[in-house]
Amino acid sequence: MAITVRNLVKKYGNQAAVNNISFDVRTGEILGFLGPNGAGKTTTMKILTCYMPPNAGTVEVDGLSISDHSLEVRRKIGYLPEMNPLYYDMNVLDYLDYAARLQGMSDAAIPGKVKEMVGVCGLEDVRHKDIGELSKGYRQRVGLAQAMIHDPEVLILDEPTSGLDPNQIVEIRKLIRQLGRAKTVILSTHILSEVQATCDRVLIINEGAIVADGTPEQLQRQFTSGETLTLEVKTGSADPLEMVAPKLRILAYVKNVTLLSRHDGVSRFELDVEKGADVREATFRLAVSENWVLLEIHRKATTLEDVFHKLTLS
Amino acid sequence: MPSLRTILTIFRRELRSYFNSPVAYVVIVVFLAIVGWFFSSNLFLMNVASMRVVFELVPLVFLFFIPAITMRLLAEEQKTGTLELLTTRPVRDSEIVLGKFLAAWVLVAITLLPTLLYVIVLAFLGPLDIGPVVSGYLGLLLMAAVYVGIGLLASSFTENQIVAFITGFLAILALFLLNKVLIYVPEGLASTFEFLGIDFHFSNIARGVIDSRDLIYFAALIGFSLLLAVMSLERRKW
Repeated sequence: MAITVRNLVKKYGNQAAVNNISFDVRTGEILGFLGPNGAGKTTTMKILTCYMPPNAGTVEVDGLSISDHSLEVRRKIGYLPEMNPLYYDMNVLDYLDYAARLQGMSDAAIPGKVKEMVGVCGLEDVRHKDIGELSKGYRQRVGLAQAMIHDPEVLILDEPTSGLDPNQIVEIRKLIRQLGRAKTVILSTHILSEVQATCDRVLIINEGAIVADGTPEQLQRQFTSGETLTLEVKTGSADPLEMVAPKLRILAYVKNVTLLSRHDGVSRFELDVEKGADVREATFRLAVSENWVLLEIHRKATTLEDVFHKLTLS
Repeated sequence: MPSLRTILTIFRRELRSYFNSPVAYVVIVVFLAIVGWFFSSNLFLMNVASMRVVFELVPLVFLFFIPAITMRLLAEEQKTGTLELLTTRPVRDSEIVLGKFLAAWVLVAITLLPTLLYVIVLAFLGPLDIGPVVSGYLGLLLMAAVYVGIGLLASSFTENQIVAFITGFLAILALFLLNKVLIYVPEGLASTFEFLGIDFHFSNIARGVIDSRDLIYFAALIGFSLLLAVMSLERRKW
């Protein structure tokens, strides 16, 4: 179930929340929307789910336009909105039954499917409880269960793990991966580790525009300008800036050396190294020949977090 | 075309929601207490055995009862965000409005149901002309439908239930008072005001005269308020 988005624009007053976004989602892909708050993730999702129309641009789900075939598109989509709104006065079984009916499922298919979703989402213990009595983690599972009750081909999840504790987050992610195997999933988040844990592909959105598109690994590679090496050496030198730093600086591939701290003859340096180069061995040999004691050596590659900061903080 | 199955699904949820919360019980009990008190005081203190007091009193009680029933219908869903979930399912806005309208209307009908006991009491006391009783109830149901439509419309404008109640009440009150303020109205407009007043048409029907003009008046008001409510739901798309 492929999704095609072309030149999407949505304005609130004069402010463009989404500014000319285009992207494709392939069948079976788990796509992560990453971006700071207010970047336009939720707005894009509200357009995809036919909650509100764009000011300009087109969206096609499986070749069906959201403006001309709204009902058919909505039948194919399962949606978990941002705040996971639920009817607190209904119990879990009744609510899932209601959701299934509104999705147009046949009467005969509903009880079996409700039972299946209760099992898949781990709701057996609370199935007769009112939703208002449930903990946040259980409510989130009810939200996922209602989104998937009609076995939609497309799942749109707006911050599916917000407000959950770390254990619940791991569980919900597992659930999404498991259920998302056969579906096209779009999920939004501002948690970076979530994207790495669940998504095949990432779109980074900032101020209504797409600023990066690719797998988490691709993005890391693409936006890596190099890596840094942190080094702690005991040289006994009183003036490491004069005595030690120049020797490090002339090593091959080292672009820059900064002294981070010095204390009792122990100095900490940060070395900026060219992309793809590994200077750890050379550093070690230098230390041996200079008779320095190497206390710590640590290589840090660009993380998705760095990419995110770089792209969204400007 | 709105699908009946979807309308009934929404209708059932709304009606159950009334009975899951204290709303339905409070409404029914208070309503019956007020109407019952007037009926029985007429019967025992004034020695008047008639349904007339019921048909005169209930329209007044409806004025503030029905906005109280309808105020949460759409306002609550807008506030909690469940409306977003509802409108992103394969459900038409018209189906949402019709389902909710029916639920509130049926709740009013259920509230009226125990008053049939008065009819039975009267039938035991003496010969009862059943015609005006039937037309009286028909008039009440039509009037209730108009009020529910307007209350639902008021509830669609806001996510605040109090605001929905007050605007709904004022709109209904205005409709009710139109044919009661004729002395303040220029002579040329008097007949128009009278025709627009809901109580004028209600009393026509309650008297047992079922005229197509009255029926059209009710149908038009119900249709118009529901249509506006659908348009109001669609304003998210503007």
